[in-house]
Amino acid sequence: MTALPEKTDKKLGLVIDLDTCVGCHGCVTACKGWNTQNYGAPLSDQDAYGADPSGTFLNRVFSYEAEKTGCASQTVHMPRSCLHCEDAPCVTVCPTGASYKREEDGIVLVNEDRCIGCGLCAWSCPYGARELDREAGVMKKCTLCVDRIYNENLPEEDRVPACVRTCPSGARHFGDLGDPDSDVSKLVADRGGFDLMPDLGTKPVNKYLPPRPKDQLDTAPLNIVADEPKGFLGWLDKALDKL
Amino acid sequence: MHPAPSVIIFTTFSGLGFGLLAWLGFGIPDVGGTTLFAFFFIAYALAVGGLLSSTLHLANKKNALYAFSQWRTSWLSREGVAAVVTLLLFGLIALARIFLGAEMTFSGAVGSILALITIFTTSMIYTQLKTISRWNQPLTPVLFMLHAIGGGALLAGEAKIAGVLLAALAVVMWLHWQQGDARAANRGTLGDATGLGHLGEVRMFESGHTGGNYVLDEMVYRVGRKHAQKLRMIALGLGAVLPAAILLLTPAGHVTAFIALALHVVGTLVGRWLFFAEAEHVVGLYYGK
Repeated sequence: MTALPEKTDKKLGLVIDLDTCVGCHGCVTACKGWNTQNYGAPLSDQDAYGADPSGTFLNRVFSYEAEKTGCASQTVHMPRSCLHCEDAPCVTVCPTGASYKREEDGIVLVNEDRCIGCGLCAWSCPYGARELDREAGVMKKCTLCVDRIYNENLPEEDRVPACVRTCPSGARHFGDLGDPDSDVSKLVADRGGFDLMPDLGTKPVNKYLPPRPKDQLDTAPLNIVADEPKGFLGWLDKALDKL
Repeated sequence: MHPAPSVIIFTTFSGLGFGLLAWLGFGIPDVGGTTLFAFFFIAYALAVGGLLSSTLHLANKKNALYAFSQWRTSWLSREGVAAVVTLLLFGLIALARIFLGAEMTFSGAVGSILALITIFTTSMIYTQLKTISRWNQPLTPVLFMLHAIGGGALLAGEAKIAGVLLAALAVVMWLHWQQGDARAANRGTLGDATGLGHLGEVRMFESGHTGGNYVLDEMVYRVGRKHAQKLRMIALGLGAVLPAAILLLTPAGHVTAFIALALHVVGTLVGRWLFFAEAEHVVGLYYGK
């Protein structure tokens, strides 16, 4: 079971637009909410109202700052969750067969009835996408909301992952990245979508769209207006120095 | 990486136990009866004790039996299967040799090879991880094997063989650190990890969480790196150099062998703690660490 399928019929995944993401953490909250009440063990919190709260999350948003010498810095918000890799190392290391990749759509899931909580899959993941739930003792990870996307009890517009449905800036897209004609594949092609840490050979399905190039003002920020004032300002400068 | 005591005890003592079994299977030392019983008892106590300890860090022990099912793909599963097969086979060999006085040359050799395979599978659990470049190198299995057969030879009372193997271990420990340091230094930057390097120098502005989490606790453990150099010298001195010197330079005897063994075990525990504690996981890059 922990052998990876040779190929999957679909490659369902997310495309995350780093240009549009405003870092509101709405996706984090929506994910926690949905996945605490649905598929598998709830995402527990420890010491939630105490001095040292922590908890299990399947999606977290990090904010980074990039700066080129002489330019103003640029803030980029980067949500990170499971990338549903084609060569998922977390699947093959699993000793119990709990960690598996679905042949029909490529979603990587954990069968909690087989998981022993050894944590080796989390060690093998470069992206920190798996967290062991301290309450249930089983490994938790993004399910791509497998209990939403095929759920015919939900209105059609809700049949996308909770993070995608909730994103107020439209920075998250869901679809079949194995189909070159799908909207998400076209988006990736148009915007130069990229993989996280491709050299580790995991072949992530999820893609990130880079921030669009920004204009740069050609004046350096906050130059001192006048180092050696002349005229009236010069007189005032000298007069004040003498006081 | 978080140095879980259960895993340090497991790799150290199981390694010694299977190392001793590997020698016993080849008929070394050439003893029988009660003496042989004592040797097998020590080997089983170490191997089984270590394996039981390894289950202590499982968060969901009730599913433990499934861990024997995925030997086709998982090194951890292979380790479990190899350990159980080895222990079962040596159980029969030990009974036949102790109580029936049988030679068991062929099955003993098979058992020894299985014991060596078990040690190798243990080492591969760590070596396979591309996310921890310090471990993902060919010397990691050599390090584990030399620890096990060197310590095993010491337990088997083969002072001179143990001395030579521990001297080799000293060299491999040092090389493993050199290689590991080079690999860890090459694991990239925050710019590489985020794919944002083309925008300039990337630094963390705000973490995804203000509290702790499993990923930080487990994979961004940094205490070991502060005293890494001193701990390396302690592990190298106690685990390999001193016992090798004692075994090779003094006449063989129970007292010297016991001192060498005690030093070796303490040094190995320190070295194994450091093996985990100083290992850098690539996910640390996303935290700017």
